[in-house]
Amino acid sequence: MADPLDPIKQFEIHPMQEFKLGGYDVSFTNSSFVMVMAVVLIGLFLFMGTSKRSLVPGRLQSMTEISYEFVANMVRSTAGRDGLKFFPFIYALFMFILFANMLGLIPFFFTSTSHIVVTFALAMSVMTTVLVVGLWKHGFKFFKLFVPSGVPIAILPLVVLLELISFLSRPFSHGIRLWANMLAGHIMLKLFAGFIIMMFAGLGGVAKIGAIAPFIMVIALTPLEILVAFLQAYVFAILTSVYINDALHPGH
Amino acid sequence: MSILSFTFAAAAATNEAGEQASGVFPPLDVSTFPSQLFWLFITFGLLLLLLSKFLLPRVGGILEDRSNRIADDLDSAARMQRDAELAEKAYDQALSDARAKAHNVSETTRASIAAEINSELAAAEQHAGEQLELAEAKIRKMRAKALSNVDEIAAKTAKNLVEKLHTGTINIATAQKAVKALG
Repeated sequence: MADPLDPIKQFEIHPMQEFKLGGYDVSFTNSSFVMVMAVVLIGLFLFMGTSKRSLVPGRLQSMTEISYEFVANMVRSTAGRDGLKFFPFIYALFMFILFANMLGLIPFFFTSTSHIVVTFALAMSVMTTVLVVGLWKHGFKFFKLFVPSGVPIAILPLVVLLELISFLSRPFSHGIRLWANMLAGHIMLKLFAGFIIMMFAGLGGVAKIGAIAPFIMVIALTPLEILVAFLQAYVFAILTSVYINDALHPGH
Repeated sequence: MSILSFTFAAAAATNEAGEQASGVFPPLDVSTFPSQLFWLFITFGLLLLLLSKFLLPRVGGILEDRSNRIADDLDSAARMQRDAELAEKAYDQALSDARAKAHNVSETTRASIAAEINSELAAAEQHAGEQLELAEAKIRKMRAKALSNVDEIAAKTAKNLVEKLHTGTINIATAQKAVKALG
């Protein structure tokens, strides 16, 4: 574990300030630090972007407006107009994941979303919302979600079983997709970065030039990881709108 | 930087303290779950509260103001265009009226002037014709008179000539007969 090139080491959580709450260790860690940073940055981004309230937006105001319109259009097109009630929730998910992913790409910064407990908790918050909204709005009729119309009665039990499994597996796929993407990306970046050091230190003379190969890989991977960071936030947000659409309009 | 160095210092401290998570894949280290969940709940809850109560309504308000403003501007632009079209129509109407009036005036003026010219011309022609006729009659009379004078002079001259050459006398009537026979 002492090896500084260990690609797993970057995921270790270190307390910055010890806290105990009811026997649980709730220390303020490097992960908490990045989450707080994300919230502060999102708050500043939106607050400063809207401070002028100008009719013709400047650069920052354009960006805040674009992020707003982007998520609002996504919610409107997938969950319909009544889905806009959940717009703040989906916007918060999108921005939180986006900023946590992006901050994680800065060297020496921790990636909060590379821990499954965080992504799974976010996925569970989505599923809880879907269940509560669905049952509250439609009552027992919400379970029509599992009974597609127009299916022959002979295969209906099978279809219902499949629908149920697919519904129950949603929080797992939702959380694990984000987690695995961030984890794999960061392991890969760290691996190739480690190769640079290993080759440069390990090889002698002209062979040191060979270290340029993993260096090029790191340069190529970094924009890819930025894309993945954005894409995963987008996928998380759009699937959330799709699930909320199910809660609002069950029955296919 | 100070925060980051603090992170590293803290990390070094825990490592020295004996690597509480050694050997466990960090994302599956259950001992860190309470802290992560706790801080996720606090940060995400705070973010959700800030966004839904304060920040997103601000952005939405700006966008709504703008779309209202644009709609208003479009409305007033449409109204102005309608006004402009009406004004243009009125202008065209006035222009064609004025043109018709001017045409009318020039037509009547031309007609009256032509009539005047015609009547004066006719009068002048009539006058000239009368004068011409008068002059012609006078000339005819003078010519007839002159012609008759010539015959008389010739007869007289013939009589004188005959008398001078013949030393006799002839009747003037005979002379006149001779002149006529010659003429």
